[in-house]
Amino acid sequence: MKKIKVGMADYNVVKAPGILTTLGLGSCVGIALYDKFNKVAGLAHVMLPSSKEIKNNENKAKFVDTGIELLIESLLNEGAVMKNITAKIVGGAQMFSFNNNSSILKIGERNVLATREKLKELNIKILAEDTGGNYGRTIELDAEDGSLLVKTIGHGTKII
Amino acid sequence: MDVENLNSMMIDVLKEIGNIGSGNAVTALSNMLAKRIDMMVPKVRILEFNDVAEILGGEEEIVVGIYLDLNADIKGNIMFILDLDSALNLTNMLLDKEDAELGDIAISALSEVGNIVASSYVNSLSSLTGLKITVSVPSLAIDMAGAILSVPAIQFGLIADQVLFIETVFKEGKSSVYGNLFLLPDMASFEKILSKLGVL
Repeated sequence: MKKIKVGMADYNVVKAPGILTTLGLGSCVGIALYDKFNKVAGLAHVMLPSSKEIKNNENKAKFVDTGIELLIESLLNEGAVMKNITAKIVGGAQMFSFNNNSSILKIGERNVLATREKLKELNIKILAEDTGGNYGRTIELDAEDGSLLVKTIGHGTKII
Repeated sequence: MDVENLNSMMIDVLKEIGNIGSGNAVTALSNMLAKRIDMMVPKVRILEFNDVAEILGGEEEIVVGIYLDLNADIKGNIMFILDLDSALNLTNMLLDKEDAELGDIAISALSEVGNIVASSYVNSLSSLTGLKITVSVPSLAIDMAGAILSVPAIQFGLIADQVLFIETVFKEGKSSVYGNLFLLPDMASFEKILSKLGVL
């Protein structure tokens, strides 16, 4: 079965049978969207909460808001139907911690909040979430059933 | 100042700071170990987000990251990343051991090394610019390279579509230690550095 790798500030879409994977998610967020009726899956690996906060915003896949829009566009092109799309989100960890937590270290949390907000705005239901913590995650999204495998170092493996 | 124009200037300045900083860092490390340590000429690399983890052997390779906050005149942070083998070589060198795993004492020693390396870097930046910079206590994480590198990548993501870092390689006898340093001043601090160096 083909396994397609999605890098940082990147996204991809696949029809069943196929697997989308992104490795070593830290503070970034992996957004997995799936249409179970048409078996089309999409995965985005976004880095920053909003394209509106900074000037250098040409790379749309870098941001939560524009990244989700791009991903949906590709899903629809591959035959997904908007009302069928559901979401699973993973990542948004805080890799390093201090007492006086600066905003840049909390970027993971902000990424997760922005993702929830954007999905709500688009009426996309979040079926499952594995976010936060202080560790990295590797994920695999199976286009056959929309299951999402989450692997960590020292924090177990699970399917959500 | 325009972000677009900043990119090439930022690269030149960080390159120069990196060259001076690494020299100081190796001297500090050598004093700490009371051993002669050789340093390769630091390499400045600029990579796409996607390729960043490759330098450490792939996104899922386990690495050690040591992160320190910078404050006072300059705000930002500095990060020192080692692959697991290098971390072991370094702590075995420091503790005069031949352990195969990182124990608690080794991890504590690594934090201290990160502290020294980062502080020497920052000190050279400080004397170069005349700006006051304080360094926080180190915070250490051992995890997948992709996850650790997401921290500097995100910060570069705010201003660019590439990541710039300085690779330093230390050698003592047979053991090599490959370390990567990421210096990340925030935008306003970066302008301060440029202006102090007469570039702006």
